Amino acid sequence: MTQITITPPAYVTQSEELYDKALDPQVARRLIGFIAPYKWQMILSALLMLAATVSSVIGPYLVKVAIDDGILAKNPLVLRNVVLVYLGAAILRWAFIYWRVNIMAWVGQSFIYDLRKKLFAHLQKLSLGFYSRYSVGRVITRVINDVETLREFVIWAVLAIARDLFALVGIVIAMLALDIKLSLITFITIPLMVLATRMYRARARFAYRRVRAAISWVNSVLAENINGIRVVQAFSRQARNYSNFSDFTNRYHLQTVISAAKVAAAFLPVVDVLGALATAAVIYFGGAAVLGESISPGVLVAFVLYIDRYFDPIRDLSRRYDTLQSAMAGGERVLNLMDTPVEVRDAEDAQTLPPIKGDVRFENVSFNYSDDPTPVLRDIDLFAPAGSTVALVGETGAGKTTLVKLLSRFYDPVEGAVLVDGIDLRKVTQDSLREQMGIVLQDPFLFNGTVRDNIKFGRLDASDEEVEAAARAVGAHEFITNLKSGYDSPVEEGGVLLSVGQRQLISFARALLADPRILVLDEATSSVDTQTEQIIQRALATLLKGRTSFVIAHRLSTITNADKIVVIHDGQIVEQGTHDELLKKQGMYYDLYQTGFQE
Amino acid sequence: MSLFRLKFILKPYLPHLALSMLNLLGLTALSLYVPRVIRQVIDDGIIPVNIDVIIRSALILLGLGLLTAALVGAQRFISEWIGGHIGYDIRNKLYDHIQHLSFSYHDHTKTGQLISRCIEDTRAVQNFIGGSVVEIIQLVFLLIGALAIMFSANWQLTLIAILPIIPMIFMTFDFGKRITALFFHVDHMLGELSARLQENVSGVQVVRAFARENHEIERFDETNRGYFQARIKVIGTWAKVMPTTDFLVTMCTILILWFGGNMVLTGELSVGELVAFNAYVLMLATPAQQLTWLVNAAGEASAGAKRVLEVLDTQPEIESPPGAVNPSTLRGEVEFRDVVLKYLDEKKDSLTNINLRVKPNQLIALIGTTGSGKSSLVNLIPRFYDVSEGAVLVDGVDVREYDLVGLRSQIGLVLQTSLLFSDSIRENIAYGRPDASEEEIIAAARAAQADEFIRSLPEGYDTVVGERGVTLSGGQRQRVAIARALLMDPRILVLDDSLSSVDTQTEQLIQQALDKLMEGRTTFVIAHRLSTVRRADLIVVMDRGRIVQTGTHEGLLAEGGLYKEIHDLQLIENKFAEDEEIVEKEKLEVRRTKDFG
Repeated sequence: MTQITITPPAYVTQSEELYDKALDPQVARRLIGFIAPYKWQMILSALLMLAATVSSVIGPYLVKVAIDDGILAKNPLVLRNVVLVYLGAAILRWAFIYWRVNIMAWVGQSFIYDLRKKLFAHLQKLSLGFYSRYSVGRVITRVINDVETLREFVIWAVLAIARDLFALVGIVIAMLALDIKLSLITFITIPLMVLATRMYRARARFAYRRVRAAISWVNSVLAENINGIRVVQAFSRQARNYSNFSDFTNRYHLQTVISAAKVAAAFLPVVDVLGALATAAVIYFGGAAVLGESISPGVLVAFVLYIDRYFDPIRDLSRRYDTLQSAMAGGERVLNLMDTPVEVRDAEDAQTLPPIKGDVRFENVSFNYSDDPTPVLRDIDLFAPAGSTVALVGETGAGKTTLVKLLSRFYDPVEGAVLVDGIDLRKVTQDSLREQMGIVLQDPFLFNGTVRDNIKFGRLDASDEEVEAAARAVGAHEFITNLKSGYDSPVEEGGVLLSVGQRQLISFARALLADPRILVLDEATSSVDTQTEQIIQRALATLLKGRTSFVIAHRLSTITNADKIVVIHDGQIVEQGTHDELLKKQGMYYDLYQTGFQE
Repeated sequence: MSLFRLKFILKPYLPHLALSMLNLLGLTALSLYVPRVIRQVIDDGIIPVNIDVIIRSALILLGLGLLTAALVGAQRFISEWIGGHIGYDIRNKLYDHIQHLSFSYHDHTKTGQLISRCIEDTRAVQNFIGGSVVEIIQLVFLLIGALAIMFSANWQLTLIAILPIIPMIFMTFDFGKRITALFFHVDHMLGELSARLQENVSGVQVVRAFARENHEIERFDETNRGYFQARIKVIGTWAKVMPTTDFLVTMCTILILWFGGNMVLTGELSVGELVAFNAYVLMLATPAQQLTWLVNAAGEASAGAKRVLEVLDTQPEIESPPGAVNPSTLRGEVEFRDVVLKYLDEKKDSLTNINLRVKPNQLIALIGTTGSGKSSLVNLIPRFYDVSEGAVLVDGVDVREYDLVGLRSQIGLVLQTSLLFSDSIRENIAYGRPDASEEEIIAAARAAQADEFIRSLPEGYDTVVGERGVTLSGGQRQRVAIARALLMDPRILVLDDSLSSVDTQTEQLIQQALDKLMEGRTTFVIAHRLSTVRRADLIVVMDRGRIVQTGTHEGLLAEGGLYKEIHDLQLIENKFAEDEEIVEKEKLEVRRTKDFG
């Protein structure tokens, strides 16, 4: 296997993935903040650990008593009592460990649970702009895999570190009490250890960040290709995709794992080297001291025996430190996601939008996406009185979709304001706005669950009758009842077993059930066959009645029936008026009309 | 145990595992030897004060320490190396296999679950094989060794002392079995969590549009809590077994103390023998505790292996048959013979009694209500699904006899929703033919009316699109998808409602380009617009999975029936007479058809 240099795509190595700011203390502090609510459980665990340790330390002592006072003193009664006490201690120890492990498991899992809950809630607030930058795979990596790296650490390591530190302090005190000079010789290793740790930390953090980023890449490739499996197979791309995966993405991951292993493999033995150095030095200098009779042989013997115990917790700590680095790399990314600013957020004094009539006004609205300064909309002035239907017309990419996205407040305008009933949308809560709006998107998206669940998504407390009525109104009832379990038929991920037309009908029923004051239809009527479309047109006519609606459509009938037609070109409104007015004008609408919106 | 079935993955790494084993043995030997050296220093160097011995021993200890350090580093590296490679191999195998699984499998499988198997489950297996397998082997040796020493020291006492070991063995085996099942559930829940998240991210617009964030948070919470509970159950089980093992080892000491003590009292045993024997028993303690750890790790890995194997064991339903025919250039004759199609979970047939013969280079329009089976019908030609009864023949040969790649590479497909990949537009167009030249790619884009807008993008053909790139509109995506299909220069072209989301101007441009391209290919078009349907050589009208009418536009109009109904409906819709005139004028230019406005 030849080592080749793989350059992952920019998003894998981007600064935000491998940022250099060493955030250790901050990351650790903030993560500890998540465990803080469980501090009493942690303390209890620590006490239980102590108790378990005592009950095991007591063992050798009991053996000694049994031998000295029981066996040697030929006193079977003492022997029996000691054995009983020992048994009691063992049972207690069992209980202590059982209790502690359960508590810590609960704490650790709660920590993970809380973290994911917070992350998910945050994801629900992030604007759509975030989702156009972050692929599904990357979001999954952070919420699932990166959080997983923290799990083991919290459950097993936190207490173990505390235990090691206690042990270390105890041994250091014992060593100092025994002989200060020899202790100092041993402690010379401490600054060396610190130095090694420092050198290691920078490298390890970098290496483990790369591992996390590589997993993110693997996840993205998997998510995208499994989602697009139908296209993959249609174009017989399996072999090529496979070699892309195994030669690049997966291999890059392997390389990062191995280089992280190299870093760890270089660091872990440091303790053993220092331990050997210290032992050799103590024996040598200590031996000389014994010769010079400045210490007794007994002290040196005891000291040599202690050195080993001194390095045991250090060895354990350095191993934990390695896991910690890996966990921190994950923790960093988790916090990074949690810190992603919410672009569209409710103002602090945001009001609940009262039940609206449905007047919609765009006032001098200009807009560009945050990552691209090219204006998408410029100086949009538009008024739609309550109950009117506005048809948006223009070429692909003219800005129609963006315009309705501003109305739904998926984005905020860069300049100007969007007003509903004279209220600036930025002054109200997003929920109260969207609860009064219905949106039918270009690609009807259905969730895992039953057909009924999917329709109910429009109004969660709707009764079965209401669900059915909505389905009937859009002409979906017939095909739904033909499905295996009717309304309870499962819809698989993305609704693949339903045709596009059927999915669209369900998404209509969903919008209808929501009974919105303002309705947005985004090119949604275009892929249904004529008969179904007829039914829908009729349903929509009743639906549109009394609602303000913005329709992006190519259908002439929809356009001509609209109260107002707005022609958008290059991000600007070039014409608006009724069908007849615009025809008379012989402007852009006339041209569009001539080339034909229609069949 | 599923883990054993993954042993084929281990094969290439047996030498490495052996090396790892040797390394570990070396480490163990060192850890046993170093205390002896220290004891020697104490006995021969310090107590009698012999500086030569002291210096020599100090040097020996230094040397041994350095050796230990080297082995510790090597052990870490070898285990990560083996684990890393095994993970790499498993992920490759999984990915390769997933890619070949048929549509019907993917229809019922959540992406999040599949990803979870490739990442988390694979990780469990690789960690175990890389790190723990050799440890388990070593542990078993240590246990056997300790027992052997005990037996040779005093077999009667040993028989008493190992009494608690017997339930321990049973418990450990039982624990291994139970923990595997529990871990399997944990993995499943993690997969569900991942699937839930995946779905939520994909459907984010809908969630926002209906202000259903809290509803989604609740749903996520349910799964999150399920995962929490599954994990707690695992640790709860472990929390019982781990201290019990500890307790049973302590019981050994207690038994020795009691029976051994009484033996000393009756003079059958000396105190020294009793103390020494107890020291041997303590040798059991550490490995016994580690054993539960390792069995736990084995359970986790075994559950992961089971989930990995679940995927690998699924046979792709649709594969090239042995001795497959690799078609040379197809003529493009397609025949459906008594075709019935029933999807796995449907109660009714999706296609019934389909008989249709299409001559090379014909243009076929499929028309019918939504869910009438049009897409199902065309999906049979590239063998995305296999018929339940009857046969689909291309150039007179059953499609099930062709080499899959050979067949599919001659079929160009434009699906209803055009999915592009996160890559440059160039790569996306060249998706089916990565070796295509720049000129060919541009020509295909031109033909699909995409060249112009692509050039207006910031980086032209190098602009990255898809999940992470520039967001194209539905119409733009559609045109790139058409270019992608055209570049294949297919003999059979399937356009599944592919013009639905482009605006009318663009549609006309594409239509004109397609008209040229359809020449000399068999083309199936699923369309709702009569303008497209009219020019077909053969119109197939479908209803509820059956072909109800076939014929030309004029013929079908004269015949009456469903086609006329649909046609009249559209006429009513285009209620303005002038529209019809415009349409008709245009029609006359394209193809001289009868005016019936």
